Amino acid sequence: MSATRPGARWFTAAADDELTIFERSREGRRAFVAPELDVPRRPLDELLPGELRRAESPRLPEVSEPEINRHYNRLSKRNFDLDTGFYPLGSCTMKHNPKLHERVAALPGHAKLHPLQDPARAQGALELMWQLQQALAEIAGLPHVSLQPSAGSHGELAGVLLTRAYHEDRGEHRTKVLTPDTAHGTNPATVTMAGYEVVKVGTDERGNVDLDDLRAKADDDVACLMLTNPSTLGLFETGIDEVARIVHGIGATLYYDGANLNAIMGICRPGDMGFDIVHFNLHKSFTQPHGGGGPGAGPIAVSDRIEPFLPRPQVVRREASGNGAGEAYYDLDHERPKSIGRLRGFQGNYGVFVRSYAYIRSLGAAGLKEVSEVAVLNANYLLARLRAEGVLDQLPVAYDRLCMHEFVLSGSPMKRDLKIKTLDLAKRLLDHGVHPPTVYFPLIVDEALLVEPTETETKETLDGFAEVVAEILREAREDPEIARGAPYTTPVRRLDEAAAARNPVLRQP
Amino acid sequence: MAEPSYPGELLYHSEHDWARVDGDEAAFGITWYAQDALGEVVFFESPKVGSSVTKDEPYAEIESVKAVSDVFAPLSGEIVAVNDRLSDSPETVNEDPYGDGWLVRVKLSDPSETEQLMDAATYEASL
Amino acid sequence: MTQYTSATDADRAQMLDAIGVESIEDLFAEIPERLRLRRPLALDQGLAEQEVYEELRELAARNVSTEDEISFLGAGMYDHYIPALVDSIILRSEFLTPYTPYQPEISQGGLQAMFEYQTAISELTGLPVSNASVYEGPSAVAAAGYVAKLANGRTRFIASRGVHPHSRETLRTLAHGWGMAVDEAPLSDGATELPEIGEDVSAVIVQQPNFLGAVERLEPIVEAAHRTGALVICACDPLPLALLKSPGECGVDIAVGEGQTLGNRLDFGGPSFGLFAVTDALMRRIPGRIAGETRDADGRRGFVLTLQTREQHIRRERATSNICTAQALNALAGIVYLSWLGRRGIVELVELMLQRTGYARDRLQAIDGVVPLHGQPVVREFAVALEAPVEAVIRRCREQGINPGYPLGRDYPEFENGLLVALTERRTRDQIDRLAEVLASAIASERSELAGART
Repeated sequence: MSATRPGARWFTAAADDELTIFERSREGRRAFVAPELDVPRRPLDELLPGELRRAESPRLPEVSEPEINRHYNRLSKRNFDLDTGFYPLGSCTMKHNPKLHERVAALPGHAKLHPLQDPARAQGALELMWQLQQALAEIAGLPHVSLQPSAGSHGELAGVLLTRAYHEDRGEHRTKVLTPDTAHGTNPATVTMAGYEVVKVGTDERGNVDLDDLRAKADDDVACLMLTNPSTLGLFETGIDEVARIVHGIGATLYYDGANLNAIMGICRPGDMGFDIVHFNLHKSFTQPHGGGGPGAGPIAVSDRIEPFLPRPQVVRREASGNGAGEAYYDLDHERPKSIGRLRGFQGNYGVFVRSYAYIRSLGAAGLKEVSEVAVLNANYLLARLRAEGVLDQLPVAYDRLCMHEFVLSGSPMKRDLKIKTLDLAKRLLDHGVHPPTVYFPLIVDEALLVEPTETETKETLDGFAEVVAEILREAREDPEIARGAPYTTPVRRLDEAAAARNPVLRQP
Repeated sequence: MAEPSYPGELLYHSEHDWARVDGDEAAFGITWYAQDALGEVVFFESPKVGSSVTKDEPYAEIESVKAVSDVFAPLSGEIVAVNDRLSDSPETVNEDPYGDGWLVRVKLSDPSETEQLMDAATYEASL
Repeated sequence: MTQYTSATDADRAQMLDAIGVESIEDLFAEIPERLRLRRPLALDQGLAEQEVYEELRELAARNVSTEDEISFLGAGMYDHYIPALVDSIILRSEFLTPYTPYQPEISQGGLQAMFEYQTAISELTGLPVSNASVYEGPSAVAAAGYVAKLANGRTRFIASRGVHPHSRETLRTLAHGWGMAVDEAPLSDGATELPEIGEDVSAVIVQQPNFLGAVERLEPIVEAAHRTGALVICACDPLPLALLKSPGECGVDIAVGEGQTLGNRLDFGGPSFGLFAVTDALMRRIPGRIAGETRDADGRRGFVLTLQTREQHIRRERATSNICTAQALNALAGIVYLSWLGRRGIVELVELMLQRTGYARDRLQAIDGVVPLHGQPVVREFAVALEAPVEAVIRRCREQGINPGYPLGRDYPEFENGLLVALTERRTRDQIDRLAEVLASAIASERSELAGART
């Protein structure tokens, strides 16, 4: 096989890069030096009886600091990352992570603050959270915000539990939640985890929620409809007013999955569309670095009628009495009789709030609107470039409409004519030093490729990507085997996922 | 198994399961179409011997790397045997879906249910 | 143009032309006018980087952190020394900025780090299967409850009163949606009293060491639970596991816990990570991401996300959890920290904490006005009862620059003037002696004031 790929190599490949930290371990090596014992030593048995102790210490590695340092540095170079290259992963909003954020998050007043510190001595933190709540409320168009949920799916869970509490408070017992067939997998998983039954609603040929199907399924046993707008197809739900009318007509709540907020900030607001509950992914639109798979945060904003049920504690602002005229005091409010309770310990992922707050303060009203305008501009431009390169002949856009911040292509014609699948295209992109778009999602598009460039990419980068895709298709026309065997130049080649699932090896023996 | 195949002596269910009837017992499995759609099977948790299955209802799940699917009972009855080979070699379902890749054997409670199943030609046409 | 976008007027002109529209406004044409926000967002305008920095610094200055006072606060999160090595690794772009490793060929760094982390957690907990992390401690307890519910379909839980109040509350929030009750097993002298475990009990939940710092005897509880087919979930503080008999060895089915203590910042409560480990029998039910070892097309060893059919992106409504994001960066900090401690170092660290905790307990319990709250063995945290109003005593200590610990009365009305005192390797003998001094004085002052008020 002769396939190579153009461009610079971005990883190092040395033979011992494959060793795990455990395999580098040598008895006696250490990095940690314990402080001297400065209290009288008591016999171990006195402090901790033998029957409570383990016989053998846990087999952690024995390595020196230089070795740990080199090991993880070299490991890092086996990762592709956003700081290094284009990452148009649809639905994930891989936008630039501003470096200021790490600096402010590391300030000891933020980073070394214990969660149970007296609120009177954590006013900076509580004010930051309160201000962030206000900003998110304004962006969503819904007045009441809880920062507690730890991730988008956690926010979704909160939303469905809030819905349940709302109905129970009215003496109603409903059993179903509607989700579109284009929904992200977390939606139906959340519904089941909250104790409801999932009912799927279809999508019409324009890529919108099928209103007839919705009307047929919207009965008074339905507690909620979960929706994303723009949808996971990257399309604005033009019938949203009618959707809201139908859902509210049966007394159900309308839930907004905020994964696609990047398209509409300052343009329109979910609260104005009629949504009762909105979740934000701070690791998407608000630049919390993805960290290779977390941490993130999934705050929620809700309408007046849902507010009483918000998780406890809530960050509130009180006008301090007797403290001097009108001095505000920020506090954690635990007195919430109708609250659904806690969803996690303490008050949420504060480190993420610091970064998101810094972002909102940096951009301001005009900046956030610009984010969405350029996100939508970049996506439409990339689509136009792909069309100009002839790519859409083999990978047509799934719905022939203006897209918003992302678009879905279907690799069906490519599979039929060029004999390579979306998966093969993705793997061949790896050889070009680009992270592939999201593949095989949404489920309703065959051989789906979901592309989201985000607003932080230059026009040149988008041009380059369109050219690379066109080149891969040209290559496949000559010899489809190349893409089918890709990647060739990455630290490892295609991995046997079936073997990993059949005979799982989940730790060092 | 690389090429589609729908043996004539079997009966087929619309949820892509087959039945091989042998007196008052039948063996069940999934069709070529089903294993092809799933991809390489990595896990099958057999239901317990002695448990009952009901026609048209799922009685187990079968997993590939990227998908999980219900397995539907084409006929009703009580499970008398499960295919132990699948715990070590679940990929047998892909390699030989109608032979060594059988899933369970069932003592039928209502053999007349076979009238509701399709023959090979009808099933293949429905795909 | 903002700091982070690059579309100049010239760029925009070209791009709009290529798209075939007149203006950016045309791209939003499908949005009904009625829904368009035709005013600016009611937010302040954007600031220069240095102004944002100043504001965040000013907010930080209004927080009293563990650099501003000597803190004995614990109750689930601990003031440890985090080595500089951890920061330098987790700030690397290649670990900080990528997404979940859906394309394993270019994510071997992150996937191998997950595999190493899973191995370390498995070693600590004594259970063979660990996932790559969940959000944090209390939600991990609830997620474990969900696994138990799916495994045996029973209708209630029994949670020890020694389990962290936040964990019990989170479990209740979730259990309500499953129609399941959460009953409580009481404490006796700080340890869980063995409850009556009926066949309707899905799982028994305990914590090790428990919220009052007490080391629990797990085996009798495990034995009783397994006799009726209930699962046992143990929420653990991972560092003490260096010395304690592991949950796995005691027969526990699911070990979860709060991971902040392993190389992660306090960060006013998050982000951190939750550990989650299970027996082989539960392997295919565990929630969250898991990295597994395999081979590539050339026979090289590599790692992939595996057992994905458990997860939401495949199994959707039948998933074992809805979790999508893990806490990969925080778990990475965890494995770097554990490697830095090493097999011998972790034992030395925990033995150091054990000795100093024993010393602190003796010193405090010798104070007039302080009595033991329980007599169980402890590792790094213990509870005492004050014979003076605890909140007032704490206030006096704070004035002397010492934060003596967490007032238990908020969560345990039966320990109205209880105080939970935590130690880490940062708390020296001198600081402990100072705590004793300040506490004694604060109690004496409170008592004399009360006595004075009575006369």
